[in-house]
Amino acid sequence: MTWSREDMCKRAARELGDGNYVNLGIGIPTMVANYIPSHVNFTLQSENGMLGMGPFPTKEQVDPDLINAGKQTITELPDSSYFDSATSFAMIRGGHIDLAILGALQVSMHGDIANWMVPGKMVKGMGGAMDLVAGVKKVVVIMEHNAKDGAAKLVKECSLPLTGKKVVNIVITELGVFDVGPSGLSLIEIAPGINVDEIKNRTEAPFDVKVS
Amino acid sequence: MNKVFKDADTALKGLLFNGMTVMSGGFGLCGIPEHCIRALRDSGVKGITWIANNCGTDDFGSGILLHTRQIKKMVASYVGENKTFEKQFLSGELEVEFNPQGTLAERIRAGGSGIPAFYTKTGVGTVIADGKETKEFDGSTYIMETALRADLAIVKAWKGDKAGNLIYRKTARNFNPMMAMAGKITVVEVEQLVEIGELDSNDIHTPGIFVQRIFQGDHFEKRIEFMTTKDNPTGRNPV
Repeated sequence: MTWSREDMCKRAARELGDGNYVNLGIGIPTMVANYIPSHVNFTLQSENGMLGMGPFPTKEQVDPDLINAGKQTITELPDSSYFDSATSFAMIRGGHIDLAILGALQVSMHGDIANWMVPGKMVKGMGGAMDLVAGVKKVVVIMEHNAKDGAAKLVKECSLPLTGKKVVNIVITELGVFDVGPSGLSLIEIAPGINVDEIKNRTEAPFDVKVS
Repeated sequence: MNKVFKDADTALKGLLFNGMTVMSGGFGLCGIPEHCIRALRDSGVKGITWIANNCGTDDFGSGILLHTRQIKKMVASYVGENKTFEKQFLSGELEVEFNPQGTLAERIRAGGSGIPAFYTKTGVGTVIADGKETKEFDGSTYIMETALRADLAIVKAWKGDKAGNLIYRKTARNFNPMMAMAGKITVVEVEQLVEIGELDSNDIHTPGIFVQRIFQGDHFEKRIEFMTTKDNPTGRNPV
């Protein structure tokens, strides 16, 4: 059985260390916050200018001056702080953020990531993605193992325009978990009931198997 | 010298010309100078190079200037949520320069700080690096990014005094402080304009030296792009 989105989020949550400052991408990565064990203290950074992002507000608490990077209304926590965009990206580019979790269209065996544009389709811009992958200490990708048309997303070389080169550390898909090392990819965990051959058939990049 | 004006029209008077470069604060629709944007639309000034993180929605924020085709070129990091943009971009009518968000913020900060260029790791090995000078520092490659300045910066703050000292509120701060520094002329709209001495000097985010003109907006609409709540976490409008 493949892992569900919830399983993938739970697995990604295990990458958080106690006391970590974390930036979660828009979409599924945002959901990871719901699965972090209660004994792990962490602080969420929102690149539009906030540390200590709180949960969604009640209707009465909604404040148009308080949004996250996905432009959704949120709340503050007792230890929250606000700052300008240059300071926010000083945190990101200056290596002060411990972990970023984001989605991807393709990841290469060298840790290159493509997640901001598809040529010929509408380009919306990279937002903070290029800064995050270049500056954050550990970059974790959560993505479907294959594209909708079945094409491999874990590839030898990305064919789509890159967001960053040699920046990804961990890739979590519904089939397993991959570590990106200097010599390439290693499969370190497999979803229950999935075998290595199936993963090989659905993966373009070569990988070592180091499942303990 | 008096910095206080009565509204956006009078504050922008004499500052606008076709082909000018304008920086506009805000992230999405949060913390945007909505009065100044409307006044720019009404002025009819054309051929604007518009530097802002986003481009608003179809009918609010910078989006209203796309509607009237007053923007010739956008310098931005992310422009989803806008159909008008999409149409003009795909038809080639609108020129767009995408910047990584941190690079955009730093280019503006540098512009206001007398730093003509800087090196960053962001974008190395991507299309962003095309045609840019690279340099090695401690074994890593960096690309050179140049500073941004503007003929006019329009900025939104929460409170300001008559000397132009500003305080922003929550995440409505975003790009506003750097843009205030990088405008040759900076025009600020505030929700509350107070007398000198009423703001605690310890709390000032933007010192008045960066502000040439200031006015109190008469009505801030403060639209919300995605109203997410505990009961409606997806933010989709309930039927």
